[in-house]
Amino acid sequence: MRKITHVGVAVLTAFVVSTSAMAETVTIGLRSEPSSMDPYFHNLGPNNAMLAQIFGKLIDWGPAMDRLIPRLATSWKAINDTTWEFKLRQDVKFHDGSDFTADDFIFSFNRADGYTGGNSSFRTYTKGKTVNKIDDYTIHIVTPGPYPLMPNEMTSILVMSSEAKGSGGNENFGLKAKDFNKGLATIGTGPYKFVEWKKGDRLILEKYDGYKGPLGRPWDKMVFRFIKSEPARTAALLAGDVDMIDNVPLTDIATLKSNPNVSLSQGVSNRVIYIHLDQFRDQSPFVTDKNGNLMDKNPLKDARVRKALSMMIDRDQMVEKVMEGVALKAGQLLPEGFFARSPNLKPDPYDPEGAKKLLAEAGWGDGFGLTIHGPNDRYINDAKICEAVAQMLTRNGIPTKVETMPKNVYFKRASSGGPDKSPEFSFFLVGWGSGTGEPSSPLKSLLTTHDKSKGHGASNRGRHSNPTMDALLVKALSTVDDAARAKLLAKATEIGIGEDQGIIPLHYQVNTWATRKGLKYNARADESTRGIDLIKSN
Amino acid sequence: MTVFIIRRLMQSGVVVVLMSFIVFSGVFLVGDPVDILISDEADEEDRERAIAGLGLDKPFHIQYLLFLRNAAQGNLGDSFIFEEPALLLILERMPATFELALFALLLAVVVGIPLGMLAGLRPNSVTSKSIMTGSILGFSLPTFWVGIMMMMLFAVILGWLPSTGRGPTTTVLGLEVSFTSWEGIRHLLMPAINLSLFKLALVIRLTRAGTREVIHQDYIKFARAKGISSSRIILVHLLKNILIPVVTVLGLEFGGLVAFSVVTETVFAWPGMGKLLIDSIGMLDRPVIVAYLMMIVFLFVVINLVVDILYSILDPRVRLQEMKA
Repeated sequence: MRKITHVGVAVLTAFVVSTSAMAETVTIGLRSEPSSMDPYFHNLGPNNAMLAQIFGKLIDWGPAMDRLIPRLATSWKAINDTTWEFKLRQDVKFHDGSDFTADDFIFSFNRADGYTGGNSSFRTYTKGKTVNKIDDYTIHIVTPGPYPLMPNEMTSILVMSSEAKGSGGNENFGLKAKDFNKGLATIGTGPYKFVEWKKGDRLILEKYDGYKGPLGRPWDKMVFRFIKSEPARTAALLAGDVDMIDNVPLTDIATLKSNPNVSLSQGVSNRVIYIHLDQFRDQSPFVTDKNGNLMDKNPLKDARVRKALSMMIDRDQMVEKVMEGVALKAGQLLPEGFFARSPNLKPDPYDPEGAKKLLAEAGWGDGFGLTIHGPNDRYINDAKICEAVAQMLTRNGIPTKVETMPKNVYFKRASSGGPDKSPEFSFFLVGWGSGTGEPSSPLKSLLTTHDKSKGHGASNRGRHSNPTMDALLVKALSTVDDAARAKLLAKATEIGIGEDQGIIPLHYQVNTWATRKGLKYNARADESTRGIDLIKSN
Repeated sequence: MTVFIIRRLMQSGVVVVLMSFIVFSGVFLVGDPVDILISDEADEEDRERAIAGLGLDKPFHIQYLLFLRNAAQGNLGDSFIFEEPALLLILERMPATFELALFALLLAVVVGIPLGMLAGLRPNSVTSKSIMTGSILGFSLPTFWVGIMMMMLFAVILGWLPSTGRGPTTTVLGLEVSFTSWEGIRHLLMPAINLSLFKLALVIRLTRAGTREVIHQDYIKFARAKGISSSRIILVHLLKNILIPVVTVLGLEFGGLVAFSVVTETVFAWPGMGKLLIDSIGMLDRPVIVAYLMMIVFLFVVINLVVDILYSILDPRVRLQEMKA
């Protein structure tokens, strides 16, 4: 008996030793490659997802973006109308062994704020804020007025080491983007360390043993490979060359589902797919009479017409047939579970009779002609969605043409292709993912009155305008109390979408990841693909 | 010879400058990079900063003149996406593409010439008929589709070869190459075959046509009459004479292989210049697109020149004509 136990122990030890000695590597096939390892170079999804594994942040989103979780901050609160206080963790060390203190955050904040060059800066989140160091582990961030979105916006600022050394120069504290791409300055406090990036090929991260924080470290080494072609990504998974792929195309979902060696993980995203409607021109270039001639009057300026168009769209069919069941019908800006949704707004049901009545009421009972524009390589099945909308409208007396194009041509025309840099199209498909995890970002960008000086309506390509809604949003943006703010935002959404139909929401995007059997991906609402969210399942 | 080269060089210079204008204005017409680069949440102020930062606020002719001035100094601009010199980004990727293209060319020659000669020497046999039918497939099947099918067969179903990507690299003469290890060759095999299929078909057809023509020439008949062994006739007298058109076309086609490996590289996620080009077009990274196209123009010009010189070495008559001229 004794002997047997010994043998058992020996076998067990051998097993433990062998598994721990075998470094566990996971390989992930990504559709999109990051553009830089510099945390403030480019505010882009793939960059932010990759870098959040290397660099820490004060606060992060939970997977569903419904709550904030502490990372480098232990607690945060508004101590008065204009000041937020953040207490920082005291046990955190950077990958190079140096201590994390308030100075590192301030360094990072200032570098992000004053970044020269790069694309689409992080100033969106640092603008108008002053950071004061109280002691090594306490900071105050001061704003001119009340600023309820402070914690939400801090989820976008990554923290780098203030001691990182680069190739010098006057700009960006002597740290160039290429210093990060080569790994020289890529020193964070995150669960993984940067190892190597071969552009166009692969990026390798390695577990950081000294990590302190809430994130998991399920793998010793993570290899990210960039496989843009969709069939090739699926083939790489099936061939066992990668353990997971992201952005599984809808056409492959059914095949993969029936494959016993593959499991699928899905998650609803913060991205709503919607239609902008031209509400600022009397003669809209893509609204015609039924014979295709331009008209002097623009029916889309009438809220009843906009509502009627929304009611002509059969969202059940859209989700079922066009999106193959992988999407959620939308009636507002964010799917269920997010902060400050309106409980009263439901997706408009398909109601052709009601729509016709509304049209007649508005004086357009005979209908009119439209052209729907959309990208064909930006959102899941975007071109097919446009075709389906056009068919549904045509069937209900609004003959609609379809024109789709690649995103690199589309977005310029959609934003500023018309005379005087006005939006060119009349009726067009776009998507919006709310980075702040609540409706103020889409409300402010898509529905408030276009006003450059205030920074309002920057992406309001239909130029919807309603002063009552604007006022509610401005008030919400300075209301620190969560419950009161949620009410204001919900009310603003009810006016902008419910009453005005400033845009027509169609559905919320659902993203799909495919893994080999035995793994599971904890999908995130921000659509990001990170190795730390890929775990073993049993 | 010298006059000939000088004349060709001058023609080439004009072509390069003309192309720079066409390429630059063409790229300028498509989309607005800022709309692709900037985050949705940026407001107008951020947007204007980004536009000015990329130098896109200047009118077209100023942008073009700035480009020409910098290009004259060997600087083709910085990538919008990576903020590194566009030329450097392309050069970094070049070894991968050249490795792929050379390997594909080698396959086309090594397999194509013997098959073509076989088909030319015995035009009515079953073998040569199947070779010719096969070559039609090589011409007509789209690279993209063949690539995916190969991937399904060799990687997914049979599991012999890795589906995508490039194997481990080692540095040889300062260049990163992957064909030095078995793993690297395994990765190289499928994309190289995929890329070579079209050229293989071309080589087969050229060689066959050449063989058919040359075999009836008097000097072959004479060699036969002299009693020279048929292997010597085929390998020396025949091969040497059919090589001229094959070398010309392959030289030109090599430029094509490099420039249009785009599809193969995209399908097999091969980290070469073609993949960089496709990614850059998607992101409207204008400096990289322009630099890439300029480089391809340059490459074609150089290849043409080299082919002309090689041609004159292979065929003394060309040399003589040039000397008279």
